[in-house]
Amino acid sequence: MKKLLVYLKDYKKETVLAPLFKMLEASFELLIPIVVKRIVDIGIAGGDRGYVGRMCLIMILLGIVGLLCSVTAQYFSAKAAVGFATKLRHSLFGHVQQFSFSQVDKCGNATLITRMTSDVNQVQNGVNMVLRLFLRSPFIVFGAMVMAFTIDVKAALVFVVVIPVLSLVVFGIMLVTIPLYKKVQSGLDKVLGITRGNLTGVRVLRAFHKEEEEIAEFREGNENLTAIQMFVGRISAVMNPVTYIVINGGLIALLWIGALRVDSGILTQGAVLALVNYMSQILVELVKLANLIITVNKAIACGNRIEAVLEMDAGMDEKEAGPEGKEAGKSEESEKPEKEADGPVVEFAHVSLTYPGAGAESLTDVHFKAMKGQTVGIIGGTGSGKSSLVNLIPRFYEATKGSVKVDGILVEDYPIKELRDKIGVVPQKAVLFKGTIRENLLMGKDFKDADEKAIEQKIRKALEISQSAEFVDSKPEGIETRISQGGKNLSGGQRQRLTIARALVREPEILILDDSASALDYATDLKLRKAIHGMENPPVVFIVSQRASSLLGAGLIIVLDDGNVAGMGTHEELLATCEVYQEIYYSQYPDKRGEVQAR
Amino acid sequence: MSTKTKTMKKVMHYIGKYWFFLICSILCAAVTVTLTLYIPILTGDVIDCILEPGKVYFDVIFSILKKMGVVILLTALSQWVMSVCNNRIAYHVVQDIRRDAFDKIQILPLKYLDAHPYGEVVSRVIADVDQFSDGLIMGFTQLFTGVITIFGTLLFMFRENVGITLVVVCITPASLFVASFIARKTYRMFKVQTETRGEQTAFIDEMIGNQKVVQAFCYEEKALQRFDEINERLADSSLKAIFFSSLTNPSTRFVNSLVYTGVCIIGALSVISGKITVGTLTCFLSYANQYTKPFNEISGVFTEFQNALACAARIFALIEEEPQTAEPQDAFVLKHAEGRVSLTDVSFSYVPDRKLIENLNLHVKSGQRVAIVGPTGCGKTTIINLLMRFYDVDAGSIEVDGVDIRNMTRKSLRENYGMVLQETWLKAGTVRENIVMGKPDATEEEMIAAAKAAHSHSFIKRLPNGYDTVLSEDGEGLSQGQKQLLCITRIMLCLPPMLILDEATSSIDTRTEIRIQKAFGKMMQGRTSFIIAHRLSTIVDADVILVMKDGHIIEQGNHKELLAKKGFYAELYNSQFVPGE
Repeated sequence: MKKLLVYLKDYKKETVLAPLFKMLEASFELLIPIVVKRIVDIGIAGGDRGYVGRMCLIMILLGIVGLLCSVTAQYFSAKAAVGFATKLRHSLFGHVQQFSFSQVDKCGNATLITRMTSDVNQVQNGVNMVLRLFLRSPFIVFGAMVMAFTIDVKAALVFVVVIPVLSLVVFGIMLVTIPLYKKVQSGLDKVLGITRGNLTGVRVLRAFHKEEEEIAEFREGNENLTAIQMFVGRISAVMNPVTYIVINGGLIALLWIGALRVDSGILTQGAVLALVNYMSQILVELVKLANLIITVNKAIACGNRIEAVLEMDAGMDEKEAGPEGKEAGKSEESEKPEKEADGPVVEFAHVSLTYPGAGAESLTDVHFKAMKGQTVGIIGGTGSGKSSLVNLIPRFYEATKGSVKVDGILVEDYPIKELRDKIGVVPQKAVLFKGTIRENLLMGKDFKDADEKAIEQKIRKALEISQSAEFVDSKPEGIETRISQGGKNLSGGQRQRLTIARALVREPEILILDDSASALDYATDLKLRKAIHGMENPPVVFIVSQRASSLLGAGLIIVLDDGNVAGMGTHEELLATCEVYQEIYYSQYPDKRGEVQAR
Repeated sequence: MSTKTKTMKKVMHYIGKYWFFLICSILCAAVTVTLTLYIPILTGDVIDCILEPGKVYFDVIFSILKKMGVVILLTALSQWVMSVCNNRIAYHVVQDIRRDAFDKIQILPLKYLDAHPYGEVVSRVIADVDQFSDGLIMGFTQLFTGVITIFGTLLFMFRENVGITLVVVCITPASLFVASFIARKTYRMFKVQTETRGEQTAFIDEMIGNQKVVQAFCYEEKALQRFDEINERLADSSLKAIFFSSLTNPSTRFVNSLVYTGVCIIGALSVISGKITVGTLTCFLSYANQYTKPFNEISGVFTEFQNALACAARIFALIEEEPQTAEPQDAFVLKHAEGRVSLTDVSFSYVPDRKLIENLNLHVKSGQRVAIVGPTGCGKTTIINLLMRFYDVDAGSIEVDGVDIRNMTRKSLRENYGMVLQETWLKAGTVRENIVMGKPDATEEEMIAAAKAAHSHSFIKRLPNGYDTVLSEDGEGLSQGQKQLLCITRIMLCLPPMLILDEATSSIDTRTEIRIQKAFGKMMQGRTSFIIAHRLSTIVDADVILVMKDGHIIEQGNHKELLAKKGFYAELYNSQFVPGE
């Protein structure tokens, strides 16, 4: 939590002034009983109506000044808290965006979103409350005691006893119940879990006629929850009566001592009245303080969680785009002749990948070169490492062994943006963002200097190659058609084609199709592949697929089996030599088995 | 309004069970308030006995203080009893409602459950019930004690002195006015804040949820810019909302201090003119302090009340939802089905005006293997919904072994089917619990044999605790394919007489699939089975292939016959083999 306080830095003035003004307000509040005492002792005792009037004016004045102070304090604390939360969210969002894929995988999206939304809100609330109350409440409690001392030391001793006892009761009960409330929460989670599971699995549960068992399980969870709730309830039910007894016990003591002191002429009637008033101020503030501590506790827990996210290393080291970046640029230039001489665009040298926390390698010793204009097919069963392999090229993950080079340069030596600008990725899940089709297509490319017309042409071309021109044109608004969040107003196939177009707009040197044709029918899939091949400047294409048919024409097919390369070559070569490939192929084309063997 | 009274009635029905505690609570509340209000009077009396040196009446003071002691203890006791009663009512009503809601879910037709996102139903059972109990039951006690406090205070005050009381009564509305004025003003600001917050959450969701795409297209900077734009707006609206709403406390406090001052000046003047004593003034001052508090609370309670009632209405809507049609008294219990299934003139649609299946006829002989193919949305999965009687047919009938399935118990019908769906679902619990779901008394050997047949044994063994590994509901840590294997194992173990496989191997790679198909083949021998598959290669051996389109069976026959027909099936089948360039 401490490190988050940096974000309050720009609000030093507010963070100091808010509690200060609150304390001012509190001190005015503490003056009221003294004024009342004077009214009784001087005004009433002397029968001075004018004095009473003057004193009441002072009371109103105190009220007005108190109001002004507290409004000022509320403003400063709101400003500091909101400003703090805004800055925190900004850097949190910026930070999370830098996360590598492994980190996102590790944290989970839902968690990250919670951190950025409700957790930040809790912290904002906590900061606001602390600024407002953390000084005020103790100040009033101890202020009341101090004021009591100024009236009469002996009577004030009652406060010295009552305050610690009250604190003990209030905070003691709180300390006992906080962990119990956690138990309540977990009981509730259990009930929620059963309900949710029952709904998501309703078909299976009914198919296995598990209704009665489910009911029994739910009842047990439900009753346990009630039992814990009752238990906690019984403990916290003690709070009010006990504090009531303590405060009013104090009151009795005060009255008795007051009576004795008045009798011996040390105190006046008004003084006793003032003491009684101070006593009643304490309780309210102590309860407020207890509530505040709960809020702050929650806020601190949230703050710590946020801090943990902020402290996570932003992923991989990036070569600065500064001098090294230029160097990379230079070396690229120096290698240009080699490129023209058709050096490999992508080169894997004995690459292995182990995901953090995983026991075994997900990729083992992958070694190949992909030349300009070549199509590389990657095939294998579920979990065989197909996606892992292509994810290494844009450095979404880093190889744990071996090296990956793009245009002859190690991917680690590129500034990340420069590397990824070369690559067009079409992910497995067809994701589009809220906005127009046009905005989506242009999200990966800054056509800084290009004129409108040229941009338009590029979009057009991408739409045609990706086989989306037809359906986009059929929309009344064409490429200005709005896409709703998640692209829900388009069919799966349409979304898929647009994600391909989006990658093509970038005019990438390397195009990665990560099982992205799965939502396309066979005919469109074929047209797409042909169109890509027919491009003026064809990129190196990586096609990840389960369908052998998508890969038939690839110049190089890599067959993966459990992270190992089971075979590499063209379709014909693999069909002749690679057992895994044969199995995959014949599983999809049982009829061909005979044909080939006959051939 | 009438719906509200109806809801209230239903609420009373649940609370009625705890009428004893309710009466106790109300009595205790009345006692607590009265006694609490009595203390300032006693304090005032004591103050009146403390005048000046030599004029302090200790004997009177002592007896009053004794009385005070008793009153304090009684108050504390009744306070305690009241909260115990309230807890009892609140928690038990919640428990009862949740139980009823859950019981209802078990007998709701799938029609309802499919049409309502499960998050919504869960939030009714959990969040709505909680909010209902907080708002209605806690709110009720708060309201009740608040109202008695106000009237009690007024009563006590009028008894002591009419003039001062009138001052209090006159200034009070100002406090209420200020509070409601601020609440109205801030409502709009909070609305803007909530909307902006929603917008921001949606944006974060979109960007972080698709971080891979964002990074692949180097969109981070632009995303941060867009984020900041929303963030700035949020900061602006939050500041307004928080600041203005935080004015409520200081403002009402200020009005309260006006009341206090008013009491003070009138009181003091009355003391001087000898109408009341200093003790009465003391008493009034402490009333002035506590009298205004319930007003602020009550205004809060009313909004919560409305909210709670709305929650209650949602829960009752669920509890009162029409359940699935009841089984006839003498419902037939299907023992071990032979597996003759016939659909006669079946029509069905999910939405009345969008016809799906019309006049479907299908007669399956015992032990036949029926495959259903067709484009998405043609009604394949619907047939399964009908066979399992998750939905009832609109017209026509479905018979198993010659008995209309509406005349047999759901339990016995479903017991005779083994079903593996594309959407895998695992119950939170151990792997073992999940596998033996259909046959709880299976032995260890039987279970392992089933797992081996389904090719899941090898990966289960590699799990941290083998068969005793605890899985979460979404089967975290398992791949989609592995989850599907577990679901298949479940069926391999209980082996019912009829099988339904809906894309059962869709997430399993083709090599493993072939092996499982072999196991399925063995399992399907002598069992009537219905198979839905995308990969046509997996169904070429079926006895009957039904080709569906738009709710109708357009072609029917075995693989060879259908290919020879050169119709829709042939087209579908051959489209797999468009050569790759």
